[in-house]
Amino acid sequence: MLAHYGYKDGSGEYFIVIDTDKCDGCEECVTACPYGVLEVGEDENDPFREEPVARVTEEHRKKIKYSCAPCKPTSGRKPLPCREACGPGAISHSW
Amino acid sequence: MNVVGIDCGAKYVKALVLEDDKIKAKSSVLSGFDQKAAAQEALDKALNEAGLKKEEVVHITATGTGKEEVTFAKSTITEVGADAKAVNFLYPSVRTVIDVGAEEGRAIKVNKAGKVIDFAINDKCAAGAGTFTETMARALEVKLEEMGALSLKSQKSVPMNAQCVVFAESEVVSLIHAKHAKEDIVRAVHDAIADRIASMARTIGIEKDVVLVGGLARNIGFVDSLKRDLKQELLIPEDPEYSCALGAAFAAAEKAKGG
Amino acid sequence: MHWELLLQPRKRPKEAKVEKEYWRWPESRWTSPDIDWKDGDIISAGVDVGSVSSQAVVLVDGNLYAYSNFRTGSGSPESAQKVMDKALEETGLTLDKIHCIVGTGYGRVNVPFAQRAITEIACHARGANFMYGPTVRTILDMGGQDCKAIRCDGEGKVTNFLMNDKCAAGTGRGMEVFADLLSVPIEDLGRLSFEVDKEPEPVSSTCVIFAKSEAVGLLRKGWPKEKILAAYSSAMAYRVAKLLERIKIEKDFAITGGIAKNEGVVKRIEAELNIKALEPKHDTQIAGALGGALFAKALAEKERGLR
Repeated sequence: MLAHYGYKDGSGEYFIVIDTDKCDGCEECVTACPYGVLEVGEDENDPFREEPVARVTEEHRKKIKYSCAPCKPTSGRKPLPCREACGPGAISHSW
Repeated sequence: MNVVGIDCGAKYVKALVLEDDKIKAKSSVLSGFDQKAAAQEALDKALNEAGLKKEEVVHITATGTGKEEVTFAKSTITEVGADAKAVNFLYPSVRTVIDVGAEEGRAIKVNKAGKVIDFAINDKCAAGAGTFTETMARALEVKLEEMGALSLKSQKSVPMNAQCVVFAESEVVSLIHAKHAKEDIVRAVHDAIADRIASMARTIGIEKDVVLVGGLARNIGFVDSLKRDLKQELLIPEDPEYSCALGAAFAAAEKAKGG
Repeated sequence: MHWELLLQPRKRPKEAKVEKEYWRWPESRWTSPDIDWKDGDIISAGVDVGSVSSQAVVLVDGNLYAYSNFRTGSGSPESAQKVMDKALEETGLTLDKIHCIVGTGYGRVNVPFAQRAITEIACHARGANFMYGPTVRTILDMGGQDCKAIRCDGEGKVTNFLMNDKCAAGTGRGMEVFADLLSVPIEDLGRLSFEVDKEPEPVSSTCVIFAKSEAVGLLRKGWPKEKILAAYSSAMAYRVAKLLERIKIEKDFAITGGIAKNEGVVKRIEAELNIKALEPKHDTQIAGALGGALFAKALAEKERGLR
């Protein structure tokens, strides 16, 4: 399942996409993120899945543009720590 | 030499008369439904205050969302450019400018010479501009001018989840029904918008000195929230809402001198 | 032109003293005339507590038995209780006879009598699968304060989803703001938006606040409200279509939620995406609660060792 966390508002579309089929719940991304945007827990949208999966925390879902802003400066952008940390390549950002 | 800068904003049109680097007069008029007429009114008021006739003004430059409506202006300048010019004059040590107006929020990075090297604009989502605090003031039945002082009275923070003006209004209403103290709710409102503005500023990188301008700079509650979020001191000029008009006036002076 | 010049005070539901409240949509309840719950083996229910509306659905052996649809009150537990009571009204069925209840929606953790809480994404997919059949693969749900785009398989299992509950544009609240502004009852929004000679340009901003501001300017220029409705419905349809494109659309396509009842938006979405939405046979607002009730049935069966 491709879980899109984030939103689209007047200023654009901002989504972190987690591929739950690829995610193995290793938590590397949680450690790598400097702002606590990610967490690992129960797959909320698949009531019958038992293995944990990565998610964007409730707190950050509605302001993801602002939460991720420090890792996305207008110039000199380095590779995103969460993406780098994910072995299976389950995380991607839409912006 | 007398020049005029007109900032045709979403809520107010500001006119500023500059005489050789000194602010001679300024006026502010509600934009209303007819920005063209409001701009004319603002100009007339400012000229009246300065004791000048229209012919004595060498050049008029317009800026702001409605700059094209100011037909009597000889030239235009972007708001980012205007902000940079004005703030560099007022505070030569400035490196980051944050301008929050009624419908737009901007963060600008300038170098030593006052040249713009980077900027970020939010003009598409009302939650990152003055409209946010105005709507919440209305929902709380508090006068906009009183929002600042009220929020400084708050002793505790209340979480605010909504990131949209429309949803935040409903959330404020339910917070009122849940019997939260008004000052706590107002503070949450200021914290929320300060968080967004600060995040926008971080995308261009915050560098001292940081100057805050625009109408929202008059709101001491918002200023306090922003200072706490950025962990930075903020320089705020007198009459912060006139910074774009001032910048436009400087641009007019340059044009008049043949720049 | 600043929005604040809209001098109409915000009509809040509780303090509104006006004769006609434009944002109000009809509340309802229904019981199946063909089923007697006493003959049923497994009775399950789902309760969907949304920020704007709440629904309760009761299934008898997986068949639709009763449902209710009401405006959410000031508290989730009370709304959940009310909507459940309304669904059970005049059926003789009582809460204790229901084998399993699932809570969903924004207020799902606050349904005191539910055995489990399941997200509205999972429930909507299951509900749509029931309501529209196993051919449905793409679902658009536009609720009161959110907008969901879901891809699912033939069993109603979610394969891809996107939920936008940050921004009012593309949600029921966005439409309510316009209904208020133009003094048009919610039920008439769709029909009126077609009473134009030519489809106008959509309103330029996606932000409801700025769009409202623009609409006031257009009203002053003499635009009739029908034209403004058309412009706003267009803008909303375009915006929502872009969200759907992000998860990629696969036939068959269905729309659930309150907005599915707004022909003006539905037809424009279909035109924008060049795909026809399946015809609903039930109240489109019950999809979430219905999915919840289906999950409840599965849970009850699992407990009995039938799965």
